[in-house]
Amino acid sequence: MVKFTINGKAHSFDGDLAMPLLWYLRDELAMTGTKYGCGMALCGACTVHLDGQSVRSCVTPVSAADGKKITTIEGVDAERIGRAVQAAWRKLQVVQCGYCQSGQIMTATALLAANKNPSDADIDAAMSGNICRCATYVRIRAAIHEAARSLA
Amino acid sequence: MTKQTTEHRTVGQSLFHESAHLHVTGRATYTDDIPERNGTLHAAMGLSAKAHAKIKSMDLSAVKNAPGVVAVITLDDVPGDKYLGPFLHDEPVFADGETLYVGQPMFAVAATSHDLARRAAKLAKVEYEDLPAILTAQQGAEEKAYVLPPVHIARGDVEDKLATAPHRHDGDFYVGGQEQFYLEGQIAYALPGEDMDMHVYCSTQHPSEMQFMVAHALGQPVHGIKVECRRMGGGFGGKETQSWYFATVAAILARHTGKPVKLRADRDDDMMITGKRHDFRALFDVGYDDNGRILGVKFQYQLRCGFSADLSGPVGDRQIFHTDNAYYLDTFDILSIRAKTNTQSNTAFRGFGGPQGIIAIEYVIDDIARKLGKDPLEVRKANFYGKTERNVTPYQMTVEDNVIHELVGQLEESSEYQKRRAEIDAFNATSPVLKKGLSLVPVKFGISFTATQFNQAGALLHIYTDGSVLINHGGTEMGQGLNTKVAQVVAEELGVDFARVRVSATDTSKVPNTSATAASTGTDLNGKAAQDAAVKIKTVLAEFAATKYGCAADEVKFRDNQVICGDKASVPFDEFVRVAYTGRVPLWSSGFYRTPKIHYDFATLTGRPFFYFVYGAACSEVIVDTLTGENRITRSDILYDAGSSINPAIDIGQIEGGFIQGAGWLTTEELWWNKDGKLMTHAPSTYKIPAVSDCPPVLNVKLFENSNGEESIYRSKALGEPPLPLGMAVFLAIRDAIASLGEGRVAPPLNAPATAEAILNTIEIVQAEARAKQLEKVTA
Repeated sequence: MVKFTINGKAHSFDGDLAMPLLWYLRDELAMTGTKYGCGMALCGACTVHLDGQSVRSCVTPVSAADGKKITTIEGVDAERIGRAVQAAWRKLQVVQCGYCQSGQIMTATALLAANKNPSDADIDAAMSGNICRCATYVRIRAAIHEAARSLA
Repeated sequence: MTKQTTEHRTVGQSLFHESAHLHVTGRATYTDDIPERNGTLHAAMGLSAKAHAKIKSMDLSAVKNAPGVVAVITLDDVPGDKYLGPFLHDEPVFADGETLYVGQPMFAVAATSHDLARRAAKLAKVEYEDLPAILTAQQGAEEKAYVLPPVHIARGDVEDKLATAPHRHDGDFYVGGQEQFYLEGQIAYALPGEDMDMHVYCSTQHPSEMQFMVAHALGQPVHGIKVECRRMGGGFGGKETQSWYFATVAAILARHTGKPVKLRADRDDDMMITGKRHDFRALFDVGYDDNGRILGVKFQYQLRCGFSADLSGPVGDRQIFHTDNAYYLDTFDILSIRAKTNTQSNTAFRGFGGPQGIIAIEYVIDDIARKLGKDPLEVRKANFYGKTERNVTPYQMTVEDNVIHELVGQLEESSEYQKRRAEIDAFNATSPVLKKGLSLVPVKFGISFTATQFNQAGALLHIYTDGSVLINHGGTEMGQGLNTKVAQVVAEELGVDFARVRVSATDTSKVPNTSATAASTGTDLNGKAAQDAAVKIKTVLAEFAATKYGCAADEVKFRDNQVICGDKASVPFDEFVRVAYTGRVPLWSSGFYRTPKIHYDFATLTGRPFFYFVYGAACSEVIVDTLTGENRITRSDILYDAGSSINPAIDIGQIEGGFIQGAGWLTTEELWWNKDGKLMTHAPSTYKIPAVSDCPPVLNVKLFENSNGEESIYRSKALGEPPLPLGMAVFLAIRDAIASLGEGRVAPPLNAPATAEAILNTIEIVQAEARAKQLEKVTA
């Protein structure tokens, strides 16, 4: 049996603890905002926060979340930074197909929590594990700067 | 990023993507997010391990007995047509006695969970007997193994032109393929209904084709099959035809078990099963004058088509059609060989052969410049299509809308090409290890499906009595902003706010017999069909208003959420539609569009296959480490002709993304098959698409001031594909940097993709050649 919170709500689970967190969220809780992209922690589409840190939920077993705070795209707007990132994403019209963007927003939010005013190089370093086939990268960079400005 | 026009209220504005509020909150529903019906089974496919082999035996007993397995099917269980395909029916649903490539589906499993299905699919015991395999396009060409007969097009006496030209050289090069790598993998969810109905949710660019293929595979009429797609998490051509494996197998298993079946491919399986952009080898022979103007050119293309025809015919044709790019070719001879290989069946990928034609001629032009010691941009200009002469394409279409001279001129200025060229030469002269390169390349891209019949579209427009509007059209949304643009068109026509218009999911039961959302035609076709539906409703409403309020029908205007009946009345739109409903006026209509002017003869490859051309140009600068082959794009400038853009923000996003995707194709994205024909780059661990860190720090994208000379939807021009070949500016800039090692006079034999490894190998060759030339000089 493991216990954790998801977006502030307490949950417990006593099923297969090796189950990747992604499948727990999607299949057990029907929280489908977090996406499956590659299943190997190589694309970033499944990014969620574990105690504020970005993790790839496709390779994170449910057991690793025991006692922790999980935040997903559905709950990222509870915090000021998450709201600012979502607003910047909309303002600069970042999204094309949208499939990777939950992960992009989660990683960007974690970046801004750790670094209030990231440079392009900081953004590249933090975000290069989140791939976007539509290549919305120019606007991702700009939107992170925009969010940083709005939070200052 | 807004553009205001006085005559239009919503068209021309950078309105937000209609799903933006859903995208950023995780609430946008993709196929895998649809709540599963109780009892849903999950499918997985068993894939072949041999490129070409006889299947001596296939023991599936362990698969059938594995935990959770409900059904296992092979080709024998396909109730209808066992062979499918968009043109030729040459693709078996499952391997038919022999395997045709590594990764070919041989059977499928339905189990109670995704995990159990995948585990079971690994348990098959298959005995193979190897057969000779063809693993490269070159081998296919040499052995005359074709999926379709070669296509040949020529004008003038090319042998004579080559023999008498002041300069002549020949060569060959290879350009790799490209995996679509849509972040949302292939997926279908089939729900059996009453009386043989089958409802298939599918991530596909071509719901109608999926509907037809499912019907064929199930052996039943099309009207019982409904295919629906709300949106895709990327398509890029990979979901034009090749979503069929997933749609049909899910539907066959659903029919077989009577249960809903979801088939979501694992990333590796997706990459092993489905085809990619055609890689090709090109052989050329070119004759030219002292200015680098081409007098005669010969090409032979050897395309890797894979095991089946799929879309290789039209892809090969489009490569031929774009071999001219922005240049007049007076005398030419182009042979296109569609090689059959024991690999995945290559298919559509953004550009559909166009980028492959464009890179070929640009490679040759770049070579000419090196041989003559000229700046490649000068040679490009010397070959540009003329406006009133030298303006007929190899397929006998007159280029009437040529803006390439002005467009390239403007980009040359705004990118400070000449100044930077001088700076780069100076830098390279004093920098022994790091070398810079610069390239400015034009693109001309033909818009329309080459097969004329596909250039039609339908729409279905409903106005409800609260004044809200629902538009359904045959196109699919894959991130390109099609639904946003179509909603803008409808809002504009009806004179209502954008927020009143909702675009429904694409649904084969609403608009039938649709074309693929492909060939960059989505907005051109579906926008026009939606406009037609709106105009039809407006016509009826105007007649009603004239009778009701006593004005002339042609005085009635729909603007600013009002229906204005001359000086007689101005009624809010929602109130007016309620009155019209009471007056028993139909508040819905279909709409239809067929692209005018186009025609094309497949036998002679001549006609007017394209309604118009899109123009663009990119200037890229790179820096290359000549000791490691590592490189960076340091700046790119792009100018693009979107005509009168319907949504500049969406269009610029398409250009940025297409350019970077094109750069990825030609630099880091390497597909690699081992000696047994197994694709070894089948996951993001080994297949490298661009990341944010690969994007230039400076990327200036501007729209060229223009309007479409043809009457396209609001005089806009297509996006989608034409930005992709602009990425070749990066490849050619790398080539330019390498050429600096040979004082610009050696044409670097750089194949694409220009991976660090390929760059390093080419550097060694160029340096050796430069040393040999130096030695020649000394000994002379």
